[in-house]
Amino acid sequence: MPEAKELQYADIHRDVVRSIVETGPKYYITLGTAIFVTLLCFFFPWFYQLYYGIGAAGLNHPQVWGTYLASFIFWIGLSHSGTLLSCVLHLTNSSWRKAMYRSAEAMTLFSLVVAFTFVMVHLGRPWFIHWSLPYPNQMEMWPNFRSPLLFDVMAITTYLTGSAIFIYMGSIPDFAAVRDRTIGWRNTMYTLLSLGWRGTDREWHRLHWAYTFLAVLIIPLAVSVHSIVSWDFALSIVPALHQTIFAPYFVVGAIYSGTAGIVTVMFILRKYMDFGQYITKVHFDNLGKLLLVLSLIWTYINMVELFTGWYSGASTEHEALQYKLFGYYAPLYWEMILFCAVAPLLCISKRFRTSFVPMLILSIAVNIGMYTERFLIVGTSLSRQYLPDAWGLYVPSLVELSIILGSFALFSTFFLIFVKIFPSVSMYEVKETMSTPKTEPEAPPEGNPA
Amino acid sequence: MSILDRIADGWRKYRKPGYYDEFDYHWGMTVDLDRCTGCEACVTACQSENNLPIVGEKAFAEGREVKWIRIERYWEGEFPDVKLRFIPMLCQHCDSAPCETVCPVSATYHNQDGLNTQVYNRCIGTRSCAVYCPYEVRYFNFYDHHWDSPLDQQLNPDVTVREKGVMEKCTFCIQRIRQAKDVAKDDGRRRVRDGEVQPACVQTCPTQALVFGDRKDPESQVSKLMNNPRTYRVLDELNTDSSVVYLKKVEDDHA
Repeated sequence: MPEAKELQYADIHRDVVRSIVETGPKYYITLGTAIFVTLLCFFFPWFYQLYYGIGAAGLNHPQVWGTYLASFIFWIGLSHSGTLLSCVLHLTNSSWRKAMYRSAEAMTLFSLVVAFTFVMVHLGRPWFIHWSLPYPNQMEMWPNFRSPLLFDVMAITTYLTGSAIFIYMGSIPDFAAVRDRTIGWRNTMYTLLSLGWRGTDREWHRLHWAYTFLAVLIIPLAVSVHSIVSWDFALSIVPALHQTIFAPYFVVGAIYSGTAGIVTVMFILRKYMDFGQYITKVHFDNLGKLLLVLSLIWTYINMVELFTGWYSGASTEHEALQYKLFGYYAPLYWEMILFCAVAPLLCISKRFRTSFVPMLILSIAVNIGMYTERFLIVGTSLSRQYLPDAWGLYVPSLVELSIILGSFALFSTFFLIFVKIFPSVSMYEVKETMSTPKTEPEAPPEGNPA
Repeated sequence: MSILDRIADGWRKYRKPGYYDEFDYHWGMTVDLDRCTGCEACVTACQSENNLPIVGEKAFAEGREVKWIRIERYWEGEFPDVKLRFIPMLCQHCDSAPCETVCPVSATYHNQDGLNTQVYNRCIGTRSCAVYCPYEVRYFNFYDHHWDSPLDQQLNPDVTVREKGVMEKCTFCIQRIRQAKDVAKDDGRRRVRDGEVQPACVQTCPTQALVFGDRKDPESQVSKLMNNPRTYRVLDELNTDSSVVYLKKVEDDHA
């Protein structure tokens, strides 16, 4: 990191602790707006829908699944790159990961939470969601273990638990560092959160061991989660959904949109949290390369999907294919191709990868494209099923659009609260990438290596 | 007996080979398309028997009507030489039903009468069964429906009124089947006689295009009809093993 040369260890602490304790009016205004939008656009329409029935959404009979499920997949997908990328990079010892992984992992966590709220929004009777959990009860009723939806419940709760532990454990030394630099209620909170971390050799050894263990554990988990989400669709016999390519398709798509999401979040962190010295062109360059590779794989899988549909020779598959490419939703399909397959090719140029604003625009475009993809998976397939008498059209209602908008506000609310509690840059790991300070730091951190 | 033993017992019972294929009864239906005139009397009968909501014009236009049995209409050919074909479509009570595997809470399952049942109280409204059903015969309650007085007086007391957020579908008038079985038991008979139970649609069909009965009984009318060379099943290639069998329309010009 060329720009980080002048940084001293103490600067890192100062910067990160400052980002936690010093809160300007701008932050409160942003947080207030986010909470307000969440309440107005997410919870208000949702409560209206709970009162009125799912009819508040634009769903109808052939298309009983709609944007709620598309948003669910979208948020699960967005959750993918955070922890997964962090794990892969940790195991491959990529040092450029260290400045950005904390916020990436937080993204994972909050996306999963938002995805879960979408399951609640999607359900007809969400107050009975606990029935999908296998708990002993006097009726001796168990959930249906054959159901891909139940696999989903299992996979997502496991992934959520795993990534929550992962982000928390990686933050313990940083909590301790913040604990030593704060007073009052913050000190109490960080004392509790840091679990009495003292920075002894033994503790570092344990932390490293457990961290690597979790990293190895989470990679297959992340892959399994999105494979299982894809089985919700692929295990049906709906034409254009009943495809074996769906599991890798969803995993790649998830990592793809997740990586784009990280670019967006890093841009915002860099711009508004003054982390310019930590999040540099190197990160954007590397993520740009990753985006390029992922977009190529994604494009390939899309072509395979079209090919297998055509090659099946089944009239229903052909109809579904025809409808997807040239039917009512075709403009959305071509928009998706433009945003997810064509636009990322710009990442071939290094100049593009290392310029921040174009990368931001690209990352947002990719995620719009990926959202469209999820919508199309649900939308085009269900509207053209076996019996032509039951064909139909589906257009999302205002309630649905508002809830989608509100979900972003919900995510931002979580994230804004997160940056004030968690050190959003991993201090101890950034220090590992730096050379030892040349002069005495202004305020030596009393014998604490953390 | 501890709860663990009870669970183990239940488990063993359901693990019995062939448990899922051995039914006490095996209710089935034949639909003779040669007799069907598309009069939709069955649709109306079903509506009144099973407390189906009358959703109104707006919801109907939005595609949210609830019709456990519907008459699908297909036009064949170009204008002067045009043919209209009907096919009544209802829950096929598939013996290997795609909808049953997907429900996370087992709200839909196969019972010992070979029926594909829907437990309204257990349904959490994921709507995945409707997606997985290739016949599109599962209907979701998008709203709470209400019946203006005095229409609420005509609701069938044997059938529940479903609340919003719940999936529903044709039950083969399970309330009538239950009643017939109770009557048979009270009479000291072991089994329901053929023709003793009829769903509302079968009862009302003026041309007797619909026939209902026990497929396990080789002497029943439905079993005999199922040996007819005209029989076929809708979307048989999906291997749903449906209990509703259609009899092809006889056409002179193709004879």
